[in-house]
Amino acid sequence: MDQQIKPLYFDNNATTRVAPEVLEEMLPVLSDLYGNPSSMHRFGGQVGRLLARARERVAAGLGCSPEEIVFTSCGTESDNTALHSAVAANPGKKHLVTTRVEHPAVLNVAQHLEKRGHDVTWLGVDAQGLLDLDELRRSLRDDTALVSVMFANNETGTVYPLADIADICRERGVLLHTDAVQAVGKLPLDLSALGVDYLALSGHKLHAPKGVGALYVRRGAPFRPFVLGGHQERGRRAGTENVASIVALGRAVELAAANIDEENTRVRALRDRLERGLLESIPDARLNGHPDRRLPNTTNISFKYVEGEAILLLMDELGICASSGSACTSGSLEPSHVLRALGVPFTFAHGSIRFSLSRYNTGAEVDTVLREMPGIIARLRAMSPFREGADAPDGGACACSCSAPGKGGR
Amino acid sequence: MWDYTDKVKDHFLNPRNAGAMDNPDAVGEVGSLACGDALKLFLRINAQGVIEDATFQTFGCASAIASSSALTELLKGRTVEEAERLTNKDIAEYLGGLPREKMHCSVMGEEALSAALKNWRGEAAPQAHAEGELVCRCFGVTDVTIRRAIEENGLRTVEEITNYTKAGGGCGDCVPRLEEILAEVLGRTPAPAPAARPLTNLQRMQKVMRVIDEVVAPSLRKDGGDIELVDMDGADVLVSLRGACSSCPSSQLTLTDFVQKTLREQVDPAIRVRRA
Repeated sequence: MDQQIKPLYFDNNATTRVAPEVLEEMLPVLSDLYGNPSSMHRFGGQVGRLLARARERVAAGLGCSPEEIVFTSCGTESDNTALHSAVAANPGKKHLVTTRVEHPAVLNVAQHLEKRGHDVTWLGVDAQGLLDLDELRRSLRDDTALVSVMFANNETGTVYPLADIADICRERGVLLHTDAVQAVGKLPLDLSALGVDYLALSGHKLHAPKGVGALYVRRGAPFRPFVLGGHQERGRRAGTENVASIVALGRAVELAAANIDEENTRVRALRDRLERGLLESIPDARLNGHPDRRLPNTTNISFKYVEGEAILLLMDELGICASSGSACTSGSLEPSHVLRALGVPFTFAHGSIRFSLSRYNTGAEVDTVLREMPGIIARLRAMSPFREGADAPDGGACACSCSAPGKGGR
Repeated sequence: MWDYTDKVKDHFLNPRNAGAMDNPDAVGEVGSLACGDALKLFLRINAQGVIEDATFQTFGCASAIASSSALTELLKGRTVEEAERLTNKDIAEYLGGLPREKMHCSVMGEEALSAALKNWRGEAAPQAHAEGELVCRCFGVTDVTIRRAIEENGLRTVEEITNYTKAGGGCGDCVPRLEEILAEVLGRTPAPAPAARPLTNLQRMQKVMRVIDEVVAPSLRKDGGDIELVDMDGADVLVSLRGACSSCPSSQLTLTDFVQKTLREQVDPAIRVRRA
């Protein structure tokens, strides 16, 4: 692919650019400060102090204490560790509760446990992606080892009421994990008041580099290490620390806290303008997910009669980066499990495009997207055999499995 | 990101012959909105049986659009007899190859062509699954399509069948049937199902209890007897016979012939039943 000097980057839920302030802080750790924080000499010890500082910064940003933070290699490892911990610490409890719209980092772990004999309740969502909290309440059992509900959905941005969910779990004495990979840095978060037992976050979703994440483990919550080996992270996560990236994560969380207002004002306004403009200028377009209970940076819009990969590649020709929940981009043959869980009609699901913004997006970039998208959609629609009043041939040829996770297929 | 050839990109960005045709001599339609791709092929065929023009409308990804464009280019100027010999491989080769997972786009082209030629000959437009056995319900794929894809492309695995036809790419329920079809076409016997993983003590215990409660005991009760599970030690099952069974002269026979046989069949072939 041709090198693009400056992409119009609207794919921040996939990954984000490393903030210049973050890069600046991590660079010395990649050059001069190469000591091992576990070493006894002062050369390593100074790196150990950087590690401690990063832990304090992350803890301050989340409203918890430094001892409650375990650094990991990514959000997926954090999720795996949380589920593994809760299950391993409760051998007599064979029941898990999670949702049909989780990220694969939780979904596939729960499916794996299901195959190994655990009983999993898969909570469905309504057409806007919301959970029924009464259903959650009813699903809890005496042998429920863990409830795992994502803080915000990566595809639609729908935000789940974790504080209410935490109340429900606490009443029944059930552990609660949340995959907050998409929420940290986009929503204000205070773990001292939230009441979850575990929380996963990922560095590269909040302007730190890829390859670093963290798991919050509430003091007193059961913990079993997932990676065994040395004594790093007080024996909770073995392996020499990725110090440069951890330092970066510390700075990135600090910056996120400083920018959280901008994220919820200026970025939200840009997102709203983009969304409104697309829905107004392009016929047969619809919003997926909840319009209000949503991350400030995300919009997921479906364009009927056209397919997502084709849309993305035409956008790419103009340097516009986004994502799609269509089958052809998911690496599977079916549209995303999230859109299917919401019951988005197949006529729309294949043409879904997710735009996810960050504080680095500008109004001029939004103007460009608004100028170009109607032409892109019109060009593909001109080629499509489907259009209003001519939905056929559908022939019922394709039932496409709306199979639930846990039923085996996805 | 898919690694498309320059030719695929060119035919996607600058599709040849896109659009509907007025008064076509033949039309072939495959796919649906639900499936995620669909192709409508239009042909103008002269009195000599030469395809003078071909156009398409496609709903689908970049490789579906490029495959359709390539198909129409391949068809123009050919006779119907020549067109009948075109396969998905010709489409893929014309494009300099397609990613493995996208081969089904070229197969869609072949199917649309076959439907259009049937339409030209005046045969009824093929209804969905009218031909053959519907194997993959998720994507509406019949065994006819699957067998042809295996033969024409030398497919060797179920994964390849999915890449070429989408069959098996949804819920996965038809994968065993795909294995059978593959074996039939290749003329070999299907590999035996992998051996079941050994039961844990806990699983064996739960299954033994269930089989005794649901199968063994009700059967003995019909004859006025009964059975009680006393203990288990690995594959050794200790039971005590009750009621009419306890005094029945053939009780040892009951134990080995009926109880042990049932448990060996339904739980674990290693089970030994003894009297407590």
